[in-house]
Amino acid sequence: MLVQHLSPLASSLFSLLAIVSLFLSFVMLGSRWLKNYLYAFAAESWTIAALSAAVGYYGSYPELYLIAILTVLFRGVLLPYLIWRIIRRLEVDREIHEILQPSSGLVIGALFVMFALAVSYRVAAEFHLELTVAVLALTVMLSMKLIGFLMLAVRHEAISQVLGLLVLENGIFLGSQILVPGMPLLIELVILFDLLIIVACFGVLVGYLLTHVGTTSTLDLKRLVG
Amino acid sequence: MMIGTLLLALSIAPLAALIGCLFVHRPRFCETINLIAAAVSFACALPIPFLIDGHAILYWGDYVIIDRAAAWVVLCTSIVYFLASIYSVGYMRMLAEDERLYRFYALFAGFALTTLVGPLMNSVGIYWIAIELTTLVSTFLVAFERVAESMEAAWKYIMVVSAGISLALLGTILFYWNGTFVLGPTYQMTWSVLSTAAPKMNPVLLILAFLLVLVGYGTKVGLAPMHSWLPDAHSESPAPVSAMLSGALLNTAMIGIVRFLGITRAANLGDLPQLVLVAFGAFSLFIGALFIVRQQGIKRLMAYSSIEHMGVVALGFGFGGALGVAGALYHMLNHSLNKSLMFFGAGNMMRAYGTKEILEITGVNRFFPTQGALWLAGAIAITGAPPFGLFLSEFTIMRAGLKPSYSWAVYVMAVLLIVIFVGFMNHFRSMYYGETTPEAAPVRTRLSAWCAVPMWLSLAPLLVLGLWWPAGVWTYLTSIAQSLSPGVP
Repeated sequence: MLVQHLSPLASSLFSLLAIVSLFLSFVMLGSRWLKNYLYAFAAESWTIAALSAAVGYYGSYPELYLIAILTVLFRGVLLPYLIWRIIRRLEVDREIHEILQPSSGLVIGALFVMFALAVSYRVAAEFHLELTVAVLALTVMLSMKLIGFLMLAVRHEAISQVLGLLVLENGIFLGSQILVPGMPLLIELVILFDLLIIVACFGVLVGYLLTHVGTTSTLDLKRLVG
Repeated sequence: MMIGTLLLALSIAPLAALIGCLFVHRPRFCETINLIAAAVSFACALPIPFLIDGHAILYWGDYVIIDRAAAWVVLCTSIVYFLASIYSVGYMRMLAEDERLYRFYALFAGFALTTLVGPLMNSVGIYWIAIELTTLVSTFLVAFERVAESMEAAWKYIMVVSAGISLALLGTILFYWNGTFVLGPTYQMTWSVLSTAAPKMNPVLLILAFLLVLVGYGTKVGLAPMHSWLPDAHSESPAPVSAMLSGALLNTAMIGIVRFLGITRAANLGDLPQLVLVAFGAFSLFIGALFIVRQQGIKRLMAYSSIEHMGVVALGFGFGGALGVAGALYHMLNHSLNKSLMFFGAGNMMRAYGTKEILEITGVNRFFPTQGALWLAGAIAITGAPPFGLFLSEFTIMRAGLKPSYSWAVYVMAVLLIVIFVGFMNHFRSMYYGETTPEAAPVRTRLSAWCAVPMWLSLAPLLVLGLWWPAGVWTYLTSIAQSLSPGVP
């Protein structure tokens, strides 16, 4: 178990990177400009890549270097580029009708983090890991999950929903780097690749929405009820 | 070795059809090659349950598993794929979209491929990816008609299901993490490895992980309250796709839940995991009943009926025991056959009357005597009335639940099934014997044989399965019950 035998330096480095990623999801939550979401998402992916490399170095998992490079390439460069291309095609550059003010969103996000911390502490206590970075990893994983769902629920622009989905995935990916660094390489590779296909599909769908429905705001998708 | 060859053939056939459709764009060629692929898949899937014994067999570096449960689900999928392929020849010609038809068949074959191989994945992570791929492929089938409604349905479908299934990924990772305390940091996460390690895993984390997986794959199965994508996607896609979504895809995701349930059984976690599954099942029945009674769209009616039947299957697996599991698996097969029949009929009537509204369809039995009779028989079957297969399987599931801890669920199920029967029959009464208005006459009175033959093909086995539950099938299904829950009588 990696987290049990970490040097203090490594432990604080992991914590720093995890907290930076969490902070970046709050940046996404508190902003209403689509471009800002995108920059925050790209920065988050780079942070996670750095985390992969750090875990690879301190835990001697050389294959994580490969994961780090692919994370930078896929999540840090290619996905933001694909999404940027979609945004450029759209006429909108910000959320127009907000259900929730960004400030209220931040408060709810903070409550989610507290809830996630409580759950993580409880789970980590089962393994006597309360004093390790595992608590933080679990907290960030669960709270990014919850924040992602919050973004899905309160944002209407198709593209911010896609980004919300990617935050969900980033959270899982971040947590898995610290908790299960030895997970078979194949699965991680396929999941990375899978993400690329998802975004490509979303790109096509957003195009369809634009041509056939005439809007990319999901607020206008209300024909099907009952 | 025989089984390996069959498995290879049944997955290569749709793959070949997929590639063929991408290279040759002629519509008649595409529908023929897809039909051949479906026939081959079905012919290969049919003998596997007879050939396989009680032990799981692994292929290709242990990445592929075939056991009795997987063989059963693959059989259900291939039946629906075959029936829907016959039907889509007739149905897609009515849409008059010949120049885009190759895309439809390419996606259709791809959808069948992902749905067929999903249950065969031995690695828990790869299984997740297979399920995710089914979503991505079928999204474009849902969006195929390119109208505002189907776009909306496709968007909701991919959004809700992707978000839901990411919970399943989180649960899978937590399962893996839990396993690292027993097996060390790196191991192959297969179903059997997890089952073996489960008794030594931490129960708290195991329950948390199971609940996440249940909600995640439950979204894909369409268990209420995660069902919101299902009525939209099922009602707005072309009818053969609706049949595949309902009859094939839901089972493929259900088998994942069942396998995870088996892992928690091995860990002796008590009744909680099953109780949660029972609660989801009962709630799905409730939501299904509520929306069936007041439904206005004909395909949405069928979609809510799918939610209801997945609820019944979830109840069966939740009750557990030989009766529950065997009943649920039998119900899967019956539902696959019956729901295909219902969606075919609904698609025919939708095209014939040019509307999706139940109220605008009247006099079905006057305009379409044979078709109408077939569809009505299917409606009687789908509500669980004898003498059809669903009556037997629902009755078995009810018997399985008659133990003190779950008897409440049986009563809920019985009441809701009666409500659904009444609601469903009322809709059919208005379509068959309701007042006819001149403007409600069908715009198309002739339907091709391609649209009628698959309905016969699904009704006939349904009747046989209702009158005669072969002893061999019973032993087969109960042996699955034992393999899924070791040590439980």
